[in-house]
Amino acid sequence: MKHIISVLVENEFGVLSRIASLFSGRGFNIESLTVAETDDSTVSSMTIVTQGADHIIEQITKQLNKLINVIKVVELTESVQMAREMVLLKFAVTSGAKRLELLHLVEVYQGRVLELGSRSLIVELTGERTKIDAALEVLAPFGIKEMSRTGMVALARDSVK
Amino acid sequence: MEKIIGAQILLEVLQEQGVEVIFGYPGGAVINFYDHLPDYSCRHFLVRHEQAAVHAADGYARATGKVGVALVTSGPGATNTVTGLATAYMDSIPIIVFTGQVPTPLIGNDAFQEADIVGISRPCTKHNFLVKRVEDLERIVNEAFHIAGSGRPGPVLVDLPKDVIAGKCLKKKAVPPILKGYNPNYNGHAGQIQRAVQMLFKAKRPLFYVGGGVVLADAATQLTDLACRLNIPVTTTLMGLGAFPEDDYLALGMLGMHGTYRANMAVTESDVLVAFGARFDDRVTGRLDKFAPDAKIIHVDIDPTSISKNIDVDIPIVGDLLDVLQKTLEVVKASAEKAELCAAGHDEWLKKIAYWRDLHKLSYEQDDIIKPQFVVEKISQLAQGYDPIISTEVGQNQMWAAQFFTFTKPRSWLTSGGLGTMGYGLPAAMGAQVAFPERLVIDIAGDGSIQMNSQELATVVQYNLPVKVIILNNGYLGMVRQWQELFFDKHYSSTQMNHAPDFVKLAEAYGALGLRARTPEEVEPILKQAFAHSGPVVVDVVVAAEENVYPMVPAGEAISNMLLV
Repeated sequence: MKHIISVLVENEFGVLSRIASLFSGRGFNIESLTVAETDDSTVSSMTIVTQGADHIIEQITKQLNKLINVIKVVELTESVQMAREMVLLKFAVTSGAKRLELLHLVEVYQGRVLELGSRSLIVELTGERTKIDAALEVLAPFGIKEMSRTGMVALARDSVK
Repeated sequence: MEKIIGAQILLEVLQEQGVEVIFGYPGGAVINFYDHLPDYSCRHFLVRHEQAAVHAADGYARATGKVGVALVTSGPGATNTVTGLATAYMDSIPIIVFTGQVPTPLIGNDAFQEADIVGISRPCTKHNFLVKRVEDLERIVNEAFHIAGSGRPGPVLVDLPKDVIAGKCLKKKAVPPILKGYNPNYNGHAGQIQRAVQMLFKAKRPLFYVGGGVVLADAATQLTDLACRLNIPVTTTLMGLGAFPEDDYLALGMLGMHGTYRANMAVTESDVLVAFGARFDDRVTGRLDKFAPDAKIIHVDIDPTSISKNIDVDIPIVGDLLDVLQKTLEVVKASAEKAELCAAGHDEWLKKIAYWRDLHKLSYEQDDIIKPQFVVEKISQLAQGYDPIISTEVGQNQMWAAQFFTFTKPRSWLTSGGLGTMGYGLPAAMGAQVAFPERLVIDIAGDGSIQMNSQELATVVQYNLPVKVIILNNGYLGMVRQWQELFFDKHYSSTQMNHAPDFVKLAEAYGALGLRARTPEEVEPILKQAFAHSGPVVVDVVVAAEENVYPMVPAGEAISNMLLV
């Protein structure tokens, strides 16, 4: 089962490597990992998507907590999190009809066109992972030339507890 | 106040931290440190290989309970410490290893004697640091001591670029370290402790399973008190030896792969098993679903990751062993009547254990060739008056030492339990001897292991550290040979140690006393002579070549399934 773990870490040299080597050294699996500074520049926030049985997830959170540079670990269960991903897609579309069709679909998925050229266009999509997956399936026939996907970022919701 | 260089700041902080001893090896990157070392009261021991510096600091830490310190140069000096760090990490031993590093502007340039030791040592240290500015040095060194010695202890590495230890800075006043993400929980939860005691009171076949955590927390007295008060038998892990006096009738000896028959049977039939500072290692549990199958499990440990890692726990208690045991004793004392009833209710259980004890004792047959078990038994008898500290190498020598030496007090047993590091014993003994010059420190070694760090004989002779190395010389890498005999049709591939040196001459070449015993009659007088000698001694004991360590639980089997002969 998929689990999202949110980790606050000290924004220091080598911390990402400590987290990554914890996962590889103990045979835990990382599906995606995102990291960026928070509003406090000495603290970074990581969102890790991983898979495993409950006792594995318990070990992962305990092992993360054990790292000296880790300040806080929260496992975000489905009901209490807001999670988003972003993907940038480049399409090679020259035919006008096809292009119109594509632009229409991008609109359906609330995407944005970032660049529109004569031979290609770049599109941004944001949303829950399932929405991105669905969009990719629908858009694939248009010929995705390149793709860059962020992995998940997530926050706990206060309203549902 | 006047500015001083990083090396001096380091030495001053070491002094403030109460460090009396450093094991080290100089080199280009740390030359400034060595330049100022003689101005300070710290004693420095020059080892012959950096690995030995770390093992010596580790042996010093195990014997004293203080943080051990080693210092080496950059590059190969640093990489040579990795085995020592991993050894200390697996056994939770508080040490700090300072490594030299190339100057900060050269880091990443493949400079001479450069190694990314912070990257290399990350998975085998509790934490590590690269000090980038001399202004951060004092704070980081203080943090390193705090991290190494608190919570679940462990090794910390501090990497010191040359320009940092040569750079000038003002020494500040020491402030307690603040680490946002590090706050080990010492206080055992009172409610959980209460529940655990009630469970123990109801148990018919309770058993204490005691690990190295009790030794590390200096809680052996409290543990012994609790076991005796409630009349509960105690089995110890390899790391827990000495936490409970083995001459007590409640002592079952070691459990696990080479544990005693009674200990493994008692685990298998127990109804409440209390793990104190132990981590259900595979060498202890054997096949997990057959480990204590009928028991409720109570697990006390300072490290939450150890709890429910390998085995599901019914009552987890996270906390310092000393704190938890003290609180447990208070609860027990407060319900004296129940405690007495509990203590009186284990007769049948203890009778059964006595039956197992008599059914299969640890044994061997001494004929006209010296048996290694006989040597360890003799060491145990003859050393008792000297307040001995025993270190071991790894393999059969280690298991026989664990089985046949009678341990009665904590911090007298130095062995590489988790990592199983051959070559650990001599340098660890050296470290313990530095801490306790008056005690008898013995390295029980094998002819294979001793060759992994025998260069340290030079160190023990140089500083007249009167370590006694007793080599159980069977001409084989005995433990691997045993596995080959039992599980690989006696295919002794690469386990025969041909061309071992003459260990007596080797000792003499270094300036130590070399002795040899060839017959059973010679063992006692030779050991007596060795123990009475004021300097370091190597005793080469020619033992039976193909003796095996029994009982033995084949890897992956249930621990009740022991090979006994």
